[in-house]
Parts: sequence; C-alpha cells; structure tokens
Amino acid sequence: MTKQNQIENITRLSGTDPKKCMKCGKCSGRCPAYKDMDIKPHQFVMYLEKGKIEKLLASKAIWNCLSCMECVERCPRGVAPAGVVEAVRDTVKRAIGGNGIKAEDIPPIVDEFIPQQLLVSAYRKYNK
Amino acid sequence: MKICYYPGCTLKTKAKELDRYARASAAALGVEMEEIENWQCCGAVYPMARDEIATKLSAVRALDYAKAHGGKLLTLCSACHNVIKRTNDDMANDADIRARANNYLKLETPYSGETKVVHYIEMLKNIVGFDNIAKKVVKPLNRKVGAYYGCLLLRPNKVMAFDNPENPTVIEEFIRAIGGTPVAYPFRNECCGAYVSLKNKDLTKRRCNMILESAKEKGAEEIVTACPLCLYNLQKNSDNALPVVYFTELLAEALGVKND
Ligand code: SF4
Ligand code: SF4
Repeated sequence: MTKQNQIENITRLSGTDPKKCMKCGKCSGRCPAYKDMDIKPHQFVMYLEKGKIEKLLASKAIWNCLSCMECVERCPRGVAPAGVVEAVRDTVKRAIGGNGIKAEDIPPIVDEFIPQQLLVSAYRKYNK
Repeated sequence: MKICYYPGCTLKTKAKELDRYARASAAALGVEMEEIENWQCCGAVYPMARDEIATKLSAVRALDYAKAHGGKLLTLCSACHNVIKRTNDDMANDADIRARANNYLKLETPYSGETKVVHYIEMLKNIVGFDNIAKKVVKPLNRKVGAYYGCLLLRPNKVMAFDNPENPTVIEEFIRAIGGTPVAYPFRNECCGAYVSLKNKDLTKRRCNMILESAKEKGAEEIVTACPLCLYNLQKNSDNALPVVYFTELLAEALGVKND
C-alpha cells in the first residue's frame, strides 16, 4: 500500500474529517489516558492531516486509549479523535503479526472474578 | 407489562447477580422481562471503523427480533446497551452500514432501526416511574450512595441520549427513589480504565483509585454501577476505598425481594 493509500484508508475508516480540527486541544485536555498517550488525541488528528502515518502506526497510545469517547464528546468541531485512534489501531492489528494480545498471555492473568466482558472487549479492541 | 430483554454473556456468568436482582425487582414492579431467543454476545465494544459490519450483526439480529416482539429491547449491562444502541443508530441513520448489514442478514423485511433500545434505568424512570418505585419501597436504603455512570451509558451523547453527559442525575434520582441519599462526586462520569486493564493495569488502577477516593471524600458509603467491567476494575484494580455493588442489588433490597 502506498503512503497516500494508507492516509486515505485510515481517514476513511475513522469516519472523521481531520481538516475540521481547529487545534484547540480540548480533546487531549479531557483524555483520561493522557499521561499514557505518547501521541495525544489532538495529535492523532493533526498527524493524519499532515500524513505522518509512520509515527501514528508506531504509537503506544493506540493500546492505551480507553474508547471512553470523552474526546468526541468535547470536540467543538465534530471531529472524532477516538475514531482516528481506532482506525490506526485497526490498521496495525489487521496486518500479519499485528495483534496486541497473545492468547498464551491470558491464562496467567485471569482470576476467578474476571468478567467475560473484559476478555471479549480486549480481544475485539486489540486483535483482529 | 412484557418487554424483550437482552441479557448478554457476562450476565449469564460472572455478573449473574446484576441479572437476578433485575428480574426479581422488575417482577415486583409489574414488568416481565422476556429473554429473547438465540441471542448472541454483542461483542462488548462498539466497532468504530467504517468497514466493520460482521461485528455488528449480533446486535442487529437482537434488534430485529425485538422489532417483531413489541418493538422495545431492554438492556441492562452498560456495554450491551452502548453497542446495541449505537448499532441501532447506524441501522436507522447510516445508509451504507444499513445496506451492507441487510445484505448479510437477508431478512424478510430489511431492518432499519425501528426498535427502541431501553436501558433498565430508563425503564425504571420512563415506564415504571420513580414515584411508583418509591411507593413500593419496603426497606428504604437510608445510606449515602455514589452513582458511578462511567462512559458507556453516557457517551457519545448524540446517540446514547441517556442523560447530560457532563452532569448526569438520573441514577441519583433512582437512589433517592429507593430511600438512599445520593452523593455527587466529580469523577462519576469518568472512565474506570475499561479493557485496558488487561494490557496496562497501572493505568486502570490510577483511574479506579481516583474515582473511589473522590466518592469517599464526598461522603459516599458505597458505589453503584450497571457495568460488570466497571465493577471488576473498581473492586479488583484498586485499593478498595469503597464497596461497589450493582444498582439492581440495591433496588431488590429496597423492594424487599433480594432473597427471591
Ligand atoms: S477515547 Fe481514547 S483518546 Fe479519546 S479521550 Fe478517551 S482515552 Fe483519550
Ligand atoms: S477538540 Fe476537536 S478541534 Fe480541538 S484539537 Fe481536538 S479534534 Fe481538534
């Protein structure tokens, strides 16, 4: 896939228009995972607009975003930073070897209280 | 009154109490929750990518069943509610997703978002009425309870339309109706750390401690939630500043049906 294709694909998956962003930073100001985001929510939108795809694909933030929708709720311009984060994560995980969790890492961390909802949602988010 | 009910996978396993107390309380309030046939797990998270269709089909199947059986679908788990309601919005308002989902399902009549998705709390407020619940309380709570909304019931508000996402009050009204004193605290609509607890426990723990300490500081004696994952994170990924229970447990207690 050419770089241009990749930009178009991520933009299409995200369902959002990065050009509408006015760079106010409200999304990042509200993000509860802010400290753990090496690329902040507003930067996801900005990097996509500027075509800095390699940086996005290498980010750790895609594994720490909580999908809490705070950024979407607060954006005064109707942009969905969470949609960009998810589109980048989906692009990474859909590649061979791109999954975020390994099946063999699960049994040791499962305790008797762990709800199915946690395993299902983590698998859906992190793996293809 | 009968209403179609979608329990979801966790309410059949680790969150049986959430379901059991809900059914007992609904019966006491004159509502019969009729579990829909052949439901499948909703997937627990709403897939945001524009090309995700297969991952939404179990929600569409449940919605289509409810369309032919009374037109309402009752949800209880916050995650099921979020996934099913957002998928329903896609089916109603997104021609592309609607066409592609219907192409998969080949239903006799295509599904176009006709069903109304109702969360149990919305059922209590809008169908039963908090004033009617208050009349049926036999054991008022008489304690200070903090409502924990989390993310899934509230956001994105444009679709969920559950309550004011910045300053929700409906669970506080519920607590008042069953004789408790609601305690508002700043972090009640903040994320518990969700599924990230599987990959970054530390992040979840910081979130949960902040939420519980904030509630404690405002005088709460316990916290209620509608989400099994919030409950798990707040109980198991925190320093346990406060006990956390399902809101249906308190309802069953107040209605005197906890042991039914
Ligand atoms: S959805 Fe992700 S990026 Fe947006 S505020 Fe929540 S954690 Fe941050
Ligand atoms: S809140 Fe919206 S407009 Fe402001 S920086 Fe974030 S995405 Fe851009």
